[in-house]
Amino acid sequence: MLQDIVKAAAAPSRRTLLKTGAATALVLGFHFAPRRAFAQAAQGAAPAPNAFVRIGTDNTVTVIAKHLEMGQGTYTGLATILAEELDADWKQVRVESAPADATRYNNLAMGPIQGTGGSSAIFNSFEQLRKAGAAARAMLVSAAAQSWGVPPGEITVSAGTIAHAKSRRSAAFGQFAAAAAKLPVPVEVKLKDPAAFKLIGRELPRVDTVAKTTGTAQFALDVRLPGMLTAVVARAPLFGATVKSFDPGKAKAVPGVRHIVQVPTGVAVVADNTWAALKGREALAVEWDESKAEKRGTKDLMEEYRKLADRPGTVAAKRGDVAAGFAADAKSIEARFDFPYLAHAPMEPLDCVVRITPTSCEIWAGDQFQTVDQMAAAAVLGLKPQQVKINTIFAGGSFGRRATPNSDYIAEGVQIAKAIRGAAPVRLLWTREDDIRGGRYRPLTHHWLKAALGADGMPAAWQHRIVSQSILAGTPFASMMIRNGIDGTSVEGASNLPYAIPNFQVELHSPEAGVPVLWWRSVGSTHTAFSTEIMIDELARAAGKDPVNYRLTLLQGHERHRGVLAVAAEKAGWGKELPKGRFQGVAVHESFRSVVAEVAELSVAGDGSFKVERVVCAVDCGIAVNPDVVRAQMEGGIGYGLSAALAEQVTLEGGKVVQSNFHDYTPLRITDMPKVEVHILQSTAAPTGVGEPGVPPIAPAVANALAVARNKPVRALPLRA
Amino acid sequence: MAVSFTLNGRAVQLNVPDDMPLLWAIRDIAGLTGTKYGCGVAQCGACTVHVEGEPVRSCALPAGEAKGKKVITIEGLASKPAKAVQAAWQKLDVPQCGYCQSGQIMSAAALLEKNPRPSDQDIDGAMAGNLCRCATYQRIRAAIHAAAKSLA
Repeated sequence: MLQDIVKAAAAPSRRTLLKTGAATALVLGFHFAPRRAFAQAAQGAAPAPNAFVRIGTDNTVTVIAKHLEMGQGTYTGLATILAEELDADWKQVRVESAPADATRYNNLAMGPIQGTGGSSAIFNSFEQLRKAGAAARAMLVSAAAQSWGVPPGEITVSAGTIAHAKSRRSAAFGQFAAAAAKLPVPVEVKLKDPAAFKLIGRELPRVDTVAKTTGTAQFALDVRLPGMLTAVVARAPLFGATVKSFDPGKAKAVPGVRHIVQVPTGVAVVADNTWAALKGREALAVEWDESKAEKRGTKDLMEEYRKLADRPGTVAAKRGDVAAGFAADAKSIEARFDFPYLAHAPMEPLDCVVRITPTSCEIWAGDQFQTVDQMAAAAVLGLKPQQVKINTIFAGGSFGRRATPNSDYIAEGVQIAKAIRGAAPVRLLWTREDDIRGGRYRPLTHHWLKAALGADGMPAAWQHRIVSQSILAGTPFASMMIRNGIDGTSVEGASNLPYAIPNFQVELHSPEAGVPVLWWRSVGSTHTAFSTEIMIDELARAAGKDPVNYRLTLLQGHERHRGVLAVAAEKAGWGKELPKGRFQGVAVHESFRSVVAEVAELSVAGDGSFKVERVVCAVDCGIAVNPDVVRAQMEGGIGYGLSAALAEQVTLEGGKVVQSNFHDYTPLRITDMPKVEVHILQSTAAPTGVGEPGVPPIAPAVANALAVARNKPVRALPLRA
Repeated sequence: MAVSFTLNGRAVQLNVPDDMPLLWAIRDIAGLTGTKYGCGVAQCGACTVHVEGEPVRSCALPAGEAKGKKVITIEGLASKPAKAVQAAWQKLDVPQCGYCQSGQIMSAAALLEKNPRPSDQDIDGAMAGNLCRCATYQRIRAAIHAAAKSLA
């Protein structure tokens, strides 16, 4: 996700170490100059010190996390990086969420906006937090050296203890926290040789586990403010429909209902508690204006997409001459693939708490896009973005859903608070039905892919046409990130296919539809990995070659791909005889700077029904800051990808979403979870993403095994439709 | 308009209509927010509590039906198997986003209270009603086995 924001953003041009004075604590960090793009985000906000660590006189080390913890383990990873260079004891480390302030807490991979996504949290923070930790350490050492009258070079720091061996003196951090805070921040800091890492690379316990196993972790729905009311919104049954009229009479008569107000997204029912709000909404009569609504169903849309795929699209990537490649060829494979709309369906549905005054707005949410949300809230209320305070708390999953370019659910919460004139703090809840029917899906997508085999059995030509609604069109990101008519999120994973194919062309059609779409965990790779990895497998089999060896041959120069493929194949026992009814399939894919290979092992019954029994995964994500968290992300990514591959789809009939809850939008349950083994490749390279890269390979790996088992190619998802 | 029951060992009287789901009575009225809303139709298990020792989806149980009963939520877990489950969850770092985990732990605790040595199949049977979008299922299974072992 947001990979292109990363590419579009210039590298940090200026890095300055700054510090803030604090009487009893050492607070410091780095200031990165905002870049030109999104300048409005930072406009008016004075550059301020960017604090990443606070050391208390009680010895606590509080790491300030600029990224949302939505399950991916980022609080633990960010704290580990800083604590490593600080030489803190893990037991003294706490994590606190950063306030919304892009001038200090921007995602370096996104430019001057604060946000979490694109599997970039550890990637963009690694150097920044190492430097912050090292600077804090140097200041503690200086303070101790001055106090003890010894050369700083003779002082050692280890596991939270500052020591001078010769004079047999030692102290905890807290003793020098105040003195260190008064010292100048070092301009240059020396970072550790990775061979000396003590915390990075260790399986430290997650900092959020205790709260998440005792019911004390706080999500937006758990926030309770004095006088707070709960709101639900009646939204249109069709995308693009608007309120024509409504009769609040019956709803208002429901005990506990306090306000019924129109907002841009529908009609909000605001009540003393959730049940009253839901009953009120049930009683509410709304008439909708459907004149401008999207009325096509998914069958209609897919039919249009298939026709579009017959025509040349905008070229997204090209080398050699595909026409010549096909003309000279004897054997070719042509395939069409269908992908449904997918809902993110995080377990915590969309929600936020909003409290406003004439001059301020305070939001509590598992907020993923603080800068964008600050601007959206400010625009609704006529405030400046910096008058909007966002308390970022845990998110109960997101998978992309909470990072919306138009801040949909946050802006809606603010609209309701505004509509009741700030009479009470408002807690907005989207029910599961609201979530499944609320749009912002992974786009419905169609692929046409034709490839030719040369006389040597290797691919001679490859032409790939993708038809997919643009995620970025119509958003503030469009002007910056759609280039030459290509929304990079539609073709990522296809346009940069790593295989050595001399004649190669990728084309894109971006049809418009009234169904809102969004990035969904691993974005374009959710579909590009599927079609490309199925085609490579079919080419290998058509050439009579082993699919793993075939890929290895075509991946010369892509050593990370070759590395994970070899490890996954070896650990899975690839090529060895399998018990009767067992089949293996493989796929490898790069996304978010990491490369993952997966071998899926299926048991397939005589009637073609199947179960994924085992998945062997190998990942190259650079240095694994916390190998257990990396493993967890691979396990979870495989489960999330398999969930969609098996049975998830949102369909529309006459513009109406058919599914509504978990009985007909059916995520993976424990009964379908395979045994997952994760192997992490040793690396000394800087860390890359792990939240998303585990997802793309699983669907094609399963499909490739199924194709062999059933002797019939797989062409559509979900597999159990 | 008042429902009385025992909540985590304490007698409570909540001023709620009988038809309000127990989930909202516990969260909005009693103020215990460890029990989560995920679907409202007993499909995801995030709202699982114990009623008279049985795992129950509180989103689909009218508060009126809890009258006079013993209700335990994640905040009130105290049995030896339940504590073993929480300890195993922590040891294996089961949670990712954590939102569904109260419900997972309530289902797992109820399982171990009845079946001290569950097989994989027993676990699948007891836990199939609890969704986890982070797909922490492999660790859930391992943690239940680990908890069972620690109690043996």
